[in-house]
Amino acid sequence: MAATRTFRVLPGFHLTLGYTLAYLSLIVLLPLAAVFLKTASLSLAEFWAVVSAPRVVATYKLSFGMSLAAAAINAVFGLMLAWSLVRYTFPGKRLIDALVDLPFALPTAVAGIALTALYAKNGWLGQYLEPLGIQVAFKPQGVLVALVFIGLPFVVRTVQPILEDLDTELEEAAASLGAQRWQIFRHVILPVLLPALLTGFALAFARAVGEYGSVIFIAGNIPMVSEITPLMIITKLEQYDYSGATAIAVVMLLLSFTLLLAINGLQAWTAKRTGRDR
Amino acid sequence: MSIQVKDICKQFGDFVALDKVSLDFPTGELVALLGPSGCGKTTLLRIIAGLEQADSGQVLLDGDDASGTHVRERQVGFVFQHYALFRHMTVFDNVAFGMRMKPRPQRPSEKQIRAKVHDLLKLVQLDWLADRFPAQLSGGQRQRIALARALAVEPRVLLLDEPFGALDAKVRKELRRWLRNLHDELHITSIFVTHDQEEALEVADRVVLMNQGHVEQIGTPEEVYRQPATPFVYGFLGSVNLFRGRIDGETVRVGEDVLPHEANELEHGAEVVAFARPHELDVVPDAHSDAGVAARITRILAFGVTARVELDGLNGAGGQHFEVELTRERVAHLNLVEGQSVRLVPSRLKVFERNGTTGASA
Repeated sequence: MAATRTFRVLPGFHLTLGYTLAYLSLIVLLPLAAVFLKTASLSLAEFWAVVSAPRVVATYKLSFGMSLAAAAINAVFGLMLAWSLVRYTFPGKRLIDALVDLPFALPTAVAGIALTALYAKNGWLGQYLEPLGIQVAFKPQGVLVALVFIGLPFVVRTVQPILEDLDTELEEAAASLGAQRWQIFRHVILPVLLPALLTGFALAFARAVGEYGSVIFIAGNIPMVSEITPLMIITKLEQYDYSGATAIAVVMLLLSFTLLLAINGLQAWTAKRTGRDR
Repeated sequence: MSIQVKDICKQFGDFVALDKVSLDFPTGELVALLGPSGCGKTTLLRIIAGLEQADSGQVLLDGDDASGTHVRERQVGFVFQHYALFRHMTVFDNVAFGMRMKPRPQRPSEKQIRAKVHDLLKLVQLDWLADRFPAQLSGGQRQRIALARALAVEPRVLLLDEPFGALDAKVRKELRRWLRNLHDELHITSIFVTHDQEEALEVADRVVLMNQGHVEQIGTPEEVYRQPATPFVYGFLGSVNLFRGRIDGETVRVGEDVLPHEANELEHGAEVVAFARPHELDVVPDAHSDAGVAARITRILAFGVTARVELDGLNGAGGQHFEVELTRERVAHLNLVEGQSVRLVPSRLKVFERNGTTGASA
């Protein structure tokens, strides 16, 4: 009805929406749909047999477990790193700030090889860890190290701008009301940072789940012990088992999607609880 | 509780923010720190609060040296210009914050906290907003909540840093009156910083005028307005007309013109500045008379209770602007018109030596 038509400030809503949807379909949805279509060539029983094979299930546990652990580690240390970069001035600060982005830029295979060289039994760090009974390379721990490495920038870069905007007056106000340092952090700073921290966590997690290049060098790829799901998919592909590979990919996609949805839900919940959505 | 500061010095790099400032704030008074921006008033307030450390000097709270103690131990309520409310907490949680942060043995029960918060919200007349978030409030409401939050920890003194600076004129005026009433009710020693002279004169028991890290004058609003001790104070409080001249017997000579000036504490020939408020000047239409300073009327604004006449100086006072307040009857009686040449004759003149701060009035 013409009478109820609303006029928008910016023109081209239909064009933008159409473009966005078309673009998203072409770039994201189409390949994903192909994955599902290819999988559909399997019968349900065959599909289940592929995705519930013990060796494959072990990779889910490793991939998702280590990705969550790595994202959690990055959330803690990334926050600390962002904090130091925002709040303090020290020599070489800009250099360190630039270094944070390096895991983004480095080809992941290079990172993997470098980490393996470091942590192998005769590596720079490995030779000292070995006598202590700590093995990193070719163990699940190695996977964790690689995933922490590649996920670090996400947390730092999402938290940093929020921390920069955080008014020091808030901390002064809290201190004048008698709050101790840790109380200020817990009740004043953390709640403001939490949404950004969750975003960083989700990004680091998503990246870690999909990571392939850096992990396969350091993991050792021992079946049932240190194989990651993406490796499983590659293995299937190399055996020309395309539908098997896509079946595992489908499971991975669904698991990742569920977890990311849950993180988003958590974010919406914290936003609501702290009055940001109003 | 009384507050004393002794010989406080503070420098930021090369900039001297406070230069040996000593002040006494008696118990129960509401004192205004007034001055232009950059005069050091906020720095002084932050040093008293413990948010900033002085380079030298002492802060005495109730006679005890508090210079070394942390802000959380000083029991001061601090109100910020931009409210500094915790935006992720409701109004209720904001006000309850200070009580909830107390160490467990001293912490009131949740029931006591609830009662206290509601009392405070009633005191600031915003009880109905307890469940809102700061983003949903207006500026004036936010500042009242900030005040309630500061009062919740039962501070020994209340420090307010330009509390109404971010509000619009109408709300500011309302809150001024409200703050005064609140202080009359609570009688808590309070210091507030402002650059608005009207605000300071209207609200405070006592006004401290500051300029460039120094205290220029301390007194009741009436004292500082009626008897300004320095040219700075005279110029800062209210509109003012200024004449530069030289003492010549019983007159101040401004170029070829003379202004009558009876007190003779100043030496003959001394370079002086003379001040007169707009209502202390009269306009004489006869451009050929000897008395007063020649000027030309540029504009007559006759819409208020009194008429305001704006003039440009001629001769010795050339290039200067003057403002005179006359009754409307007087304007009509004198038949003043824009563009007319007249003479300005002061009924009262405050004369200061150009380079000193000693004053004498006629």
